[in-house]
Amino acid sequence: MEATVIPLHPIEEHRFLVIIDQGNTLPLFTTTVRAGFPSPASDYGSEPIDLNTYASNHPASTFLVEVVGDSMTGAGILPGDLAIVNKDIKPFSGNIVMAFVDGGFTIKRLRIEKEATYLDSENPTYQPIRIDSPEQGMFWGVVVGIHRKL
Amino acid sequence: MTSLFALVDCNNFYASCERVFQPQLNGKPIVVLSNNDGCVIARSNEAKACGIQMGAPLFEIKDAIAFHGIHVFSSNYELYGDMSRRVVLVLSEYSPHVEVYSIDESFLDLGNFLDVDIEKYARAIWERVPRATGIPVAVGVARTKTLAKLANRVAKKSKKANGMLVLTDPKHIEAALKATEIGDVWGIGRRYARKLSQFGVNTAYDLTRQTDSFIKKHLTILGLRTVKELRGEPCLDLETMPPAKQNICTSRSFGEALTELSDIEEALSTHAVRCAFKLRKQKSCAMAFTVFLETSRFGQDSQMYFNSRTVRLDSPSSSELVILPAALEALRVIFREGFRYKKTGVIVSGICPANQVQQSLFEPDTRQRDSNLMKTLDGLRERYGFKSVFYGVQGTSGKWQMQNSNLSPCYTTKLKDLLKAN
Repeated sequence: MEATVIPLHPIEEHRFLVIIDQGNTLPLFTTTVRAGFPSPASDYGSEPIDLNTYASNHPASTFLVEVVGDSMTGAGILPGDLAIVNKDIKPFSGNIVMAFVDGGFTIKRLRIEKEATYLDSENPTYQPIRIDSPEQGMFWGVVVGIHRKL
Repeated sequence: MTSLFALVDCNNFYASCERVFQPQLNGKPIVVLSNNDGCVIARSNEAKACGIQMGAPLFEIKDAIAFHGIHVFSSNYELYGDMSRRVVLVLSEYSPHVEVYSIDESFLDLGNFLDVDIEKYARAIWERVPRATGIPVAVGVARTKTLAKLANRVAKKSKKANGMLVLTDPKHIEAALKATEIGDVWGIGRRYARKLSQFGVNTAYDLTRQTDSFIKKHLTILGLRTVKELRGEPCLDLETMPPAKQNICTSRSFGEALTELSDIEEALSTHAVRCAFKLRKQKSCAMAFTVFLETSRFGQDSQMYFNSRTVRLDSPSSSELVILPAALEALRVIFREGFRYKKTGVIVSGICPANQVQQSLFEPDTRQRDSNLMKTLDGLRERYGFKSVFYGVQGTSGKWQMQNSNLSPCYTTKLKDLLKAN
């Protein structure tokens, strides 16, 4: 069974992505309406499991970003993955973050030292990026999860 | 009971939306163009400083664009709509009552908050929205909506306020009223401003000093409401449920002039389907609709043609199966060979709530069947986009589609348009 991620129509308020399984969400309970005795389960009906809320509790500030490049393979982030990025989190040293550096977006591990801030790759072939001043780079969001298609 | 309203207004909203995903444009001049890339509908502060006027046609500012290196965008309503939704979502964490006044402005009811330092609260909103969404905002807080609007304006203009102003101190209110010209007061137009200046009434403060009977005489009862609000007496409450629209129009200029009926049919059928969708969205039905077709208004006289046809339905409907064939029939009636057409559209009228529809006596009842089908279609479209299901007549040539040569990607609503990070 192949799982796919689709963005919902923008009007939908609390959902931000849904993972569908052969065109269906995964319902916990289903009832059909019949004439006669009502199903005793219908009062206990629940919403289908919503993987959006699993991915993020903050749909307003959460963005999906496609990963290109292999600089974070050591952290288990592979090219083609979808990174789940929350803008509304204060970044700490050690977080995996998305930043805007040299005219492009990049996902790296943040390291804050006394003399400068570094963006470290998790792939030995890449050098750390050193940031000395705000003009060199801008924090955009914290990577809080990854979605990968198998 | 004390009333308190906040108006949160996004700064240069369309330009700000583009900048969230292209941070290299921070501090650079940006303009956003109307449908079909016709004229300027939004400007960043830097573009304003370059002397670009609101509404300027693109061809008139070509030189300025090249000279100042202004970045030009086609309007990407899909992106702006989604970013607007995100801003509202954040705001709704700060008040249970939010009125979405426009795509970039919302009123929040902050009345009856106990033990809340409003100054701090407003500042929290002002800091949080840009952090969460990337969109900078200005926040104005006051006892009435009209004063909140005024506070917001002052917050934007004043360096000291720096985008956030709580206007509750009588001394501050007086200063703000004195600094605001009548034409800039919410609900009072430029025309009234000219009229009142003949009486020596020039600022919002002057206005609050007039007698009620003077105001009523020159500004009508609606103007009096505005003035009372300026005096701090709340007359307007939040409108959290938008009233159902009485007219719905769906039309677009074509990207290029069209001469073939089949191409125009594609455009019109798409508009008709959209119109019916909008009707169902607000749970209404329409009694009649008008189809119009026109050539460019800038052509030579001999080549100009405009015609319309209004169709009355047997009973009010919101079904595409009723509206679409009737709209196409109307189009075929008004279509003439040999013109270069620029625009077509549908206007529905006689709108009534769907649950009050009277069934015609001599008509087969297909309403239940239609309504089930429409529900299924709407569900598919909400989920997979408007192009996921369509009628054959809507076609795929897309010749009528708008020109939007500078459209940015739909970063937040289309998988293929997602931001990419190395």
